[in-house]
Amino acid sequence: MELTNLTIRQAHQALKEKKFSALELCEAYLKKIKEKNKEVFAYLTVSEDSVLSQAKKIDNLISKGEEFSVLTGIPSAIKDVILIEGLKCTAASKILENYIAPYDATVIRKLKSENSVFLGKTNLDEFAMGSSTENSAFGPTKNPHDLTRVPGGSSGGSAAAVAADMAIFSLGSDTGGSIRLPAAFCGVVGLKPTYGAVSRYGLIAFASSLDQIGPITKTVEDCQIVFDIIKGKDSLDSTSVEPESNSHSVVKSPSDLVIGVPKEYFVEGIDPQVEKVVREAIRKYEEIGAKIEEVSLPHTEYALPAYYIINPSEASANLARYDGIKYGLSVQEGKDLMDVYLKTKGEGFGEEVRRRIMLGTYALSAGYYEAYYLRAQKVRTLVKKDFEKVFEKVDALLTPVSPFLPFKIGEKIEDPLSMYLVDVYTVSINLVGLPALSLPAGKVGELPVGIQIIGKPFEEYKILEIGKHFEENIN
Amino acid sequence: MITKKEVEHIAKLARLGLADKEIKKYQKELSSILDYFEKLKEVDIKDVEPTSHSVKVENVMREDESVKAKVAGSKLMELAPETKEGYLKVKSIF
Repeated sequence: MELTNLTIRQAHQALKEKKFSALELCEAYLKKIKEKNKEVFAYLTVSEDSVLSQAKKIDNLISKGEEFSVLTGIPSAIKDVILIEGLKCTAASKILENYIAPYDATVIRKLKSENSVFLGKTNLDEFAMGSSTENSAFGPTKNPHDLTRVPGGSSGGSAAAVAADMAIFSLGSDTGGSIRLPAAFCGVVGLKPTYGAVSRYGLIAFASSLDQIGPITKTVEDCQIVFDIIKGKDSLDSTSVEPESNSHSVVKSPSDLVIGVPKEYFVEGIDPQVEKVVREAIRKYEEIGAKIEEVSLPHTEYALPAYYIINPSEASANLARYDGIKYGLSVQEGKDLMDVYLKTKGEGFGEEVRRRIMLGTYALSAGYYEAYYLRAQKVRTLVKKDFEKVFEKVDALLTPVSPFLPFKIGEKIEDPLSMYLVDVYTVSINLVGLPALSLPAGKVGELPVGIQIIGKPFEEYKILEIGKHFEENIN
Repeated sequence: MITKKEVEHIAKLARLGLADKEIKKYQKELSSILDYFEKLKEVDIKDVEPTSHSVKVENVMREDESVKAKVAGSKLMELAPETKEGYLKVKSIF
């Protein structure tokens, strides 16, 4: 039995039937990581010793014949912006290269109570700023489907780990597409939950009104399993929400569904090969009975510039904390405190992080606040209203995840604006706080193409069901 | 194009030490990104309220209880680069 291509459900079933032990399962993954991580570079750190001791404990528990939860013994990978107590958490930045997390993120506490085993911490664009994982201070992750191409970003390590069978599932974070884009580029499933659905406590803050943690998995069912466990209101994150109705009982047959297709997502700029796969997916939904309706989100073209004002503004405020005083890199040179600040940040932050700090500081500085930040927030309101209006008549929206196929390493890194355009179909969703699922829909040659299914706030289960219709009836 | 002086001013506000050649680079890069933001001027935002937070949450309260924080000797203090007698130590401010 091949141990490293199983889903959560399959591995759980096999553990129950004692086809293999948790130790054997975890060892198989550690072996796979040893074989593949050198070329893919999905992991920054692998915690072999704690994996093995945890797995042994779990086998002990299982051998006692007690009921155990679905994630018990399931090996997972965690994006290196989510804190696991006692392990390094670097955010792929030199400034946190030796930072040891002093506590567990809430999502980690929840996964620990389910006995999931953490294989290690995965690579990302520094502080999650980027769309290709090339901005990591420790080197780029490669796309497992073509090692000369990017895995997408910023959760590139988390998506590549699942795609290359180096973890059964992983956690990523999504500020403007950072779960959905790498999931699409690596041919796996990724969910960005509604803003507030999952606690951000213990997630290294990037842009606080946009950030969300979510799962990356092999199947939609697995995605739902992980989401079920990590979601919920948390007293340690005052922006987390317990929605009034987010039940499983939303299952509709495809023929009861109205799926909207926003026409603004299919304008010039989209790779025709990507469009073809997405159009084919839409046609297939129609075939299984869903009603497809063309809709309009008129402010779509303004979402990206609004996003790239709000995002660096919030980032510049959040990253002010890396000052060389409390933790992280500290360059104690020069004559006074100002020198410590300048040198610590100057040496610790990489290029894209500096660029966003500069942009955000500019946009928030005296005299420019109204022209940039406030204007962007007003445009955000208009983008939100577009979605509210459309959701009066559709259950969900179906769009591409990105206009592009996974691109070559180095292709866009020199031109920040061309990199920002990769996110053109994903950033609106963060501005509005909606849940969205990224689902593999087909391939162009060896390269995966994803579709994005966007739902109303707190309707994760509905978009997951819609995703399952695709998996079950179409693939 | 934004000026060298503006770039230096912003870098100082952000406490970000830049090399000379970076200042030139940012003049060019920031200008082209700011040009791109000009697109937002096409949007009529008259009478539109700003959105700072996508999901409406108001007045999140907790019990008003004091919690004794144990910072001295804690893991948090172990992370600090420079300490003295249980306090964070910094260079003089001028």
